[in-house]
Amino acid sequence: MRIIELKETVTASNDRDAQVLREELQGKGTLLVNLMASPGAGKTTLLERTIRDMKDRFHIAVMEADVDSDVDAVRIEKLGAKAVQAHTGGMCHMDAGMTRRALEELGEEAFDLVVLENVGNLICPAEFDTGAGKKVMLLSVPEGDDKPLKYPLMFTVSDVLILTKTDVAPYFDFDFEACKRRARGLNPNIEIFEVSAKTGAGFDAWEEWLARAILENKGN
Amino acid sequence: MHEMGIILHLAKSLEETAKEQQIEKILRVTLQVGEVSGIMTDYFTDCWNYFRKRHPVLETAELELETIPAVTFCSACERNYPTVQYGRECPYCHSGETWLIRGNECIIKEIEVE
Ligand SMILES: Nc1nc2c(ncn2[C@@H]2O[C@H](COP(=O)(O)OP(=O)(O)OP(=O)(O)O)[C@@H](O)[C@H]2O)c(=O)[nH]1
Ligand SMILES: [Mg+2]
Repeated sequence: MRIIELKETVTASNDRDAQVLREELQGKGTLLVNLMASPGAGKTTLLERTIRDMKDRFHIAVMEADVDSDVDAVRIEKLGAKAVQAHTGGMCHMDAGMTRRALEELGEEAFDLVVLENVGNLICPAEFDTGAGKKVMLLSVPEGDDKPLKYPLMFTVSDVLILTKTDVAPYFDFDFEACKRRARGLNPNIEIFEVSAKTGAGFDAWEEWLARAILENKGN
Repeated sequence: MHEMGIILHLAKSLEETAKEQQIEKILRVTLQVGEVSGIMTDYFTDCWNYFRKRHPVLETAELELETIPAVTFCSACERNYPTVQYGRECPYCHSGETWLIRGNECIIKEIEVE
């Protein structure tokens, strides 16, 4: 009998698969964005407007990781972008293996941008690397400015934080400065945008960031 | 749901290690689980016992869980305190600007093999 020390996180095998996928996608010039937020934060609505504004410049596809329905995929396809339903097998998050299978369902077309709309949840998706080149999280005004304190990991791992539904700010007590300070306390490099998917306010800055990320991923 | 997802990855990591090191049977797996990792240890053990039966290398592997205490850092007074006892508010200065620094992890510490 012998003891073998491993000292690795339980998700280490997923982390390795994710890294392989990330490099493959980069080689193809496809930027994979992992979009994470609570249920109803406005992920699909943000994507709809972003696709409408950017589809003439970039070839875009979306993978919808709803646990059990295709309503979001149908919304995206109405805009003329390709969408597939990603299967989580009832799980509360997407991992690298599921992401690879969903990408296979998208087929051989060359996309500039593929967005994975992750399962609505601020905890589990943060723990699983999907192989995405960029992680973007949404926090909507009605959810409250204390979320960085309650769900620190999500804010720590994200490259971008989009504060959305700013149009309803007058009806809530959301403190934008406190929220940004808390998010930056966890993650000093996080990029923060304030948008309203209803009015389109703030979309220029977000879309400019996204366009730059797509081009950088292609090595331009 | 979360527990099952983690077990799938744990099993995969262990099977990879077993293959690399030509191990036929794992007898024990020791995991270090953070106090606030969100893993429910009883449920986790049940999931494991259900799952391992389907995998020859893992079939004999008993799961042992060690708890890692959670620690929170207060950015106002720069002190650490035990998370589970005091929660989000610093017990020294009552600031709410506090961050979890340990206790969220789930690590495979070691395995015992034949
Ligand atoms: N006022 C306002 N409402 C918004 C905004 N963005 C989204 N909504 C509304 O919020 C609700 C949920 O939006 P979705 O885009 O479906 O949210 P989601 O995050 O994709 O939801 P799930 O996929 O179910 O987790 C819808 O009723 C949207 O119309 C916004 O910027 N302002
Ligand atoms: Mg949606």
